[in-house]
Amino acid sequence: MSNEYAQLIIKNGHLIDPANNIDQIADIKISNGFITAIEAADSIKPDENSQVIDASNLTITPGLVDCCARLREPGLENKATIQSETIAATKAGITTLCCPPDTDPVIDEPAVVELINQKAANSAHSKVVTLGALTAGLRGEHLSEMFALHQAGCVGLSNCRNPIENSLILKRAFAYAATFGLRVFIEPDEHWLSAGGSVHDGKIATRLGLKGIPVSAETIAITRALELVAETGVSAHFGRLSSAQGAELIARAKNEQLPVSADVSAHQLHLTEQDISSFNSACHVIPPLRTQRDLEALRNAVANGTIDAICSDHQPHNSDAKQAPFASTEAGISALETYLPLCLRLTQQTSLSISDVISKMTNSSANILGISAGTLSVNSIADICIFDQDEDWQLNENSINSHGKNTPFLGWNFQGKVKHTVINGQLLFSD
Amino acid sequence: MVNKATKPTDALIGHDAWNIQLDKKGHLKHFLTTEGLGSDVLTQILDTAESFTNVNEKSVKKVPLLRGKTIVNLFFEPSTRTRTTFELAAKRLSADVLNINISTSATSKGETLLDTLQNIQAMHCDMFVVRHSDSGAAHYIANNVAPNISVINAGDGSHAHPTQAMLDMFTIRRNKGENFGNLRVAIVGDILHSRVARSQIHALNTLNTGDVRVIAPKTLLPVDVESMGVNVFHDMEAGIKDADVVIMLRLQNERMQGALLPSEQEYFKLYGLTEQRLLAAKSDAIVMHPGPINRGVEIASNVADGSRSVILDQVSYGIAVRMAVMTMTLGREPENNNRGGSDE
Repeated sequence: MSNEYAQLIIKNGHLIDPANNIDQIADIKISNGFITAIEAADSIKPDENSQVIDASNLTITPGLVDCCARLREPGLENKATIQSETIAATKAGITTLCCPPDTDPVIDEPAVVELINQKAANSAHSKVVTLGALTAGLRGEHLSEMFALHQAGCVGLSNCRNPIENSLILKRAFAYAATFGLRVFIEPDEHWLSAGGSVHDGKIATRLGLKGIPVSAETIAITRALELVAETGVSAHFGRLSSAQGAELIARAKNEQLPVSADVSAHQLHLTEQDISSFNSACHVIPPLRTQRDLEALRNAVANGTIDAICSDHQPHNSDAKQAPFASTEAGISALETYLPLCLRLTQQTSLSISDVISKMTNSSANILGISAGTLSVNSIADICIFDQDEDWQLNENSINSHGKNTPFLGWNFQGKVKHTVINGQLLFSD
Repeated sequence: MVNKATKPTDALIGHDAWNIQLDKKGHLKHFLTTEGLGSDVLTQILDTAESFTNVNEKSVKKVPLLRGKTIVNLFFEPSTRTRTTFELAAKRLSADVLNINISTSATSKGETLLDTLQNIQAMHCDMFVVRHSDSGAAHYIANNVAPNISVINAGDGSHAHPTQAMLDMFTIRRNKGENFGNLRVAIVGDILHSRVARSQIHALNTLNTGDVRVIAPKTLLPVDVESMGVNVFHDMEAGIKDADVVIMLRLQNERMQGALLPSEQEYFKLYGLTEQRLLAAKSDAIVMHPGPINRGVEIASNVADGSRSVILDQVSYGIAVRMAVMTMTLGREPENNNRGGSDE
C-alpha cells in the first residue's frame, strides 16, 4: 500500500499508551513516519493531503513488540519465510518481531544478520530484530564474535535451548557479553533432565507413558545462570518461563536487585498439561504445558511484575511436523494470530487491566530488547496497532495468515480483533 | 457473559478424548487402551473370550466368524509372542492375516508412518493390529485410518497394551472369580516404562478391584503414580502382604545403563520374587508375568515354574481374549448375538 498522502490522521480512537500512562480518547497525527501530534479527540483537522482512519470505538496502542518469534528463514523455508511471517505479524498488530539465533545457518556471524535484515526490508512489513548466538554454532564450546554480531544489529545474545554444559564457558560468555553491555537471553533448560521429554513430568506423562520434563530442568538452569549473573554482572533475560518455581526464582533475583527480566509465552497462560488430553500434538510445546497451579502462578507473576513481558513464542510448522505419534511430532505453536487475543483474554480472566496487558507486549518487551519502540509519544516512530476490543471471532485455518497452521486454539472464540496496523507511518493493513 | 472467550467442546475441534474407541452406538470400534472404557465393555470382552476358550480346546480350532475379513499385523517393533497369538487368534476366526514387520530403519528412509498406513490401507483390509515404540502411536493411527478400519493396540511405547491387560484380567477371573472387589493385586517392578502395568491398573480399577498396589524403587515409578489409583510400596514384603495376585514385570537390561538401578543382583535381592517372599502373600495367591521372564532377575525359577504360577495359562488365554476383541471390534459376536451389522 503506497502512501501518496503527506500525513495520516487517526481520529477519535481510545489511545492506550502504558509507557506514558495515557488512557483516553485522542487524535493522532503522523507524518514522515513519525508521530507529530497527539491531541484531544476531534481536534486535529484533516486537509486534502491527509489519509484519515476513523478509530471511533476502536483501541489504539503502540505496535506490538513480540520478543520471541521463529520465522524459519534462513533454513526452514518449507515451514515459513520472513516474508510470509512478517505479513502475518502485520495483520496481527505486531510491528516488531525478535528472531532467536537457532536458524540454519545459525546467527553466529554478521552475514546471517545482514541476510535476515535484507529479507525483512524486502518484505516491508513488520520489523525484524535478531538475537545473535552466544556460542559459535550454538554448540556451547566457543564464544561467538559477540561484538561483531552486536555491530551488525543483534539486540542481544542467546544459546536458545542448546546446552552449555561447561559452567566455566557459560560464565565467560556472560562476562564477555557484560563487557559490552550486551544482554543475554536465556531459555532455561538443564538438558540432562529434559532430553527426550515431550510433556510435563506429571499426571499426563504418567498416564500416557510419555517421557516427562521435570520442573527442575527449568529451575536448575535458572539457578545456575543467576549465580553467574551475580558474579559477572551481565544483564540477563529469562524467556519462556513455564513453572511456578521458575517465576519464584526470578522474583527472588529481582528482590536481590540482580539485572534480570523474564517473559512467558501467551499459551502458557491459557493451557495446561490437561489440554494434551489423548495425545493432542498441537499442544506439544517446549517448555511443556504444566499444571493449573503453574498457570495461576505465571498469571500472578505477570500481574505483580515478576514477568515483564508476554511473547508469542511463534513456531510455525508445515502439517507434516504434527503428523506422527505425540513425542515424534515437532514442538511449537503457530502463535502470531492468537498473540493479542490471548493476552486480551487475560483482562477477562484476571485482575490485569487492558493497559497492564498491553504494556507486557509493547513498552516492556521493547525495553527488554533495548529498542526504541512500544510507545506513542510525539516524535516517536509511528508503529501502531488499532483493534476492536469487542469484535467476536473464531479462529480457523483460514483466519491464520502465517504459513504455520499448527495451533491448539482452532475453534476457540476470541474477543478483540486487529483492524489497522501502521508501521513507520504507513498504513500497511486494514481489515 | 463474564467471559466471552471460550474453549470449544472437544467434539467441535474434532478432538476425540477417549471415546474414539467407541462407535456411535457405543460399541467397541478400536481397542487402544483400557482407560476410559466402562466395566460393561471390559466384562463383555472377558465373557466373549470365555466363549472362545472351548474353540481353542477343540481338535478343529476354527470358527468362521471373520471369514472374508483381512487383518494386518503391523509391527514396528520386534515381537514374537504377541504377534503369534494375534495371528493365531485371527486364523482361528477364519480371517486372512498379513504380517508386516517394519523396522524403524525402513520408516526412517523417509516414508512417514502416515505413508506406510495409506499404502497398506489401499490393500483393502479391515483391521490393523499395531505395535509401535512411540506412546500414542495407536491413537495416532486410529485417528488417521479410513473409517471402516478397526485398530487394535498391541503395545505402544510405555503407554498401553490393552489386550495383555485383558488376558491378565481373564486369568485373574478364572482363578479368583468374578468379584474383583475383595482382591488385592500387587504389580511389582518397572512401572515407569511398562505399558502393561498402565493398562492393568486402568482395567483393575474399572473392574473395581479392592486394592491395587505397585511395588518398586522410586526410580522405576512415574511421577504422581498414585493419581492412577494405586497404593505405592517400596518394600516388597510389605507390598505383597496378603496379596491375592502378584504380577511381576520384566526388567529390561538397559535400566542399568540409565542409572535407574545399580545391578541385577541388588534388584533381585530387593524385589525378586522368591518362594520365601511369596509366603507373605495369601496361601492361594497366583503369580503372573506378561513374559518373557528373566529368571533370577525379577523372579526365581522355582516360582516361575511352581504351582502358584499361571504364566503359561496367561499365554493360552491370550488367544481367546484377542479373538474376543477382534470379533467385537469387527462388529460380530459369537453365538449369533449380532448387534446389527458391522460398524458404520
